[in-house]
Amino acid sequence: MARIAKSIDDKSYHRRMLIERTLKELVCILLCIISLLPFIILFVNATRTSEAIKAGISLLPGGNLAANWANFMDKQNGMQLTVFHAMLNSFMIAVPATILTVYFSTLTAYGIQIYDFKLKKAAWAFIMAVMIVPNTISIIGFYRFMLKLHLTDTYIPLIIPAIAAPSTIFFMRQYMQSTFSKELVEAARIDGSGEFKTFNRIALPIMKPAIATQAIFCFVASWNNLFMPNMILTTDAKKTLPLFVQMLRSDQFKTDYGVLYIGIAVTILPIFVVYFILSKYIVAGVALGGVKE
Amino acid sequence: MAKRNSSNKRKTVSYEKYGYLFILPFFLVYFIFQLYPLINTFYWSAFSYQKRNLKETIAFCGLDNFKMLLGLMEGETPYFLLYLKNTLIMWIGGFIPQILLSLLLAAWLTNEQVKVRGRGAIKIMTYMPNIITAASISVLFASLFSQYGPITMLLKKIGILSADYNFFDYVGTTRGLISFILFWMWYGNTTLILIAGMMGINPSLYEAAEIDGANGAQTFFKITLPLLKPILLFTLVTSAVGGIQMYDIPSLFNVNGSSMSGGPADSTTTMSMYIMRLYNTDVGRAAAISVMMFIITLIISICLFVSMGDKDEKLAEKQIRKQQREYRRQQKALKGGN
Repeated sequence: MARIAKSIDDKSYHRRMLIERTLKELVCILLCIISLLPFIILFVNATRTSEAIKAGISLLPGGNLAANWANFMDKQNGMQLTVFHAMLNSFMIAVPATILTVYFSTLTAYGIQIYDFKLKKAAWAFIMAVMIVPNTISIIGFYRFMLKLHLTDTYIPLIIPAIAAPSTIFFMRQYMQSTFSKELVEAARIDGSGEFKTFNRIALPIMKPAIATQAIFCFVASWNNLFMPNMILTTDAKKTLPLFVQMLRSDQFKTDYGVLYIGIAVTILPIFVVYFILSKYIVAGVALGGVKE
Repeated sequence: MAKRNSSNKRKTVSYEKYGYLFILPFFLVYFIFQLYPLINTFYWSAFSYQKRNLKETIAFCGLDNFKMLLGLMEGETPYFLLYLKNTLIMWIGGFIPQILLSLLLAAWLTNEQVKVRGRGAIKIMTYMPNIITAASISVLFASLFSQYGPITMLLKKIGILSADYNFFDYVGTTRGLISFILFWMWYGNTTLILIAGMMGINPSLYEAAEIDGANGAQTFFKITLPLLKPILLFTLVTSAVGGIQMYDIPSLFNVNGSSMSGGPADSTTTMSMYIMRLYNTDVGRAAAISVMMFIITLIISICLFVSMGDKDEKLAEKQIRKQQREYRRQQKALKGGN
């Protein structure tokens, strides 16, 4: 590259490069603004009065944050489900679901990677084949099955199926292939470590980076899930955050713009904050899991 | 297996059973919570179901549910086809700009000649909408673009829109906004995947192209794009499979209460929303929708595998033949020159 630039060695080449770079950077800045703008309007409007919001757009915060917050909390008074309650419910589902997904997916990937058995190839082919089959497709059969077991309106149908996550297994095996050697397992065997102990004490710690990445995505997916909880959960007090968002559309909230915006802002804020803390790892994780989702 | 374990010829301990043991939980849970429900869904699709005053009436009806949904029965509206069309239009409207912008952006962010500054920040910003709760995003955009929402009001003030304009009154604008949200949420994700794909391309190919005097566009169309094909296909398929299930955004965008009918005039109702509308009152029909969605997913996946395996081989063959022809021509030219 430097060689060629030198061989051309004229100012026009450098100027052209500079112009091209500036143009590209301008477009990129514009894209960043488009990504952020809706959220900026949201957070700004959460601090303004309903009248001010109706009057027009503004990028400067108003002074009505406390009043909007009080109104927002007030409107939830008669409700079975408050926003914090909904967050807690989402948390109670997302945490165990995430733990189950990463633990059992690592276990399955380990089983296929480390051991040789007759059905190994068939098992792997099956996991690859079902990776693309989305949950929504079996939802009716799933719902009827849960009705029969009297498990609707409980968290079990939202947590236990998380054990079977083909795409996470795929990711874990890919990671294992590049970082984990069978010799390590053999060494542990010689030292008298049992197979499960080897997995829990040796394999899991080595897999930590992959587990962390997958845990973030599993948590987010469970936290954001709208379709399944909407079908399964019927009691208001048990509903999750996305279902609370659904309620924000009712006239109770919709009529006061300040309240509506602060409501949406509260539901977004936790993930917004977490994203900016972990963004480096998340962005790297998306690229790693390129053959995922 | 037991025989082999007990045979004296084998000295090493067999760990085979641990392999089965370790993968057992996955298969157990998958069979119970995914495969059995899938079969159950097929089963239900052949039944008509009615619920009156908490009393369920269930009767076998063969393919009637499918016939009804496809409008093959007299007097029935082909709802499935209508909602399939809605879903496809909104998905395509989001996917085409998404893949084009992602390709461009990924090419820019991996270009070593013209180094754009702040790559990390750009990736973080453009990916961000993808991780935020889709339900919240839908409600946020619905309020930003509502009749008196901030963006609508701004456009009215500038004079682009008339005073009583409402985006939600028109099919085109409602669908367009949903497509835009999907595009806006997903192009960052696609960009990251394409960047990973582009980084995997052998840099010596680019160096060779540079020495041969290829410009940026030529390098992109002749090297990057062909080598990126498997990843592009993969992106297309995953996006299509996800698009078919489209639910979160349209179900909260322009609907009345929990009617699960995307306005105006049912023009933004998707197949998943239809399932949600029927799952409690007309199980058989809801199951039939699921089955048809399954078939569509299957067809898409099969297309992926066929096109991935076949075309690449054909392409390689073509390339080889081309090179052979070129070689022969050169040989001839050499001979002629002599």
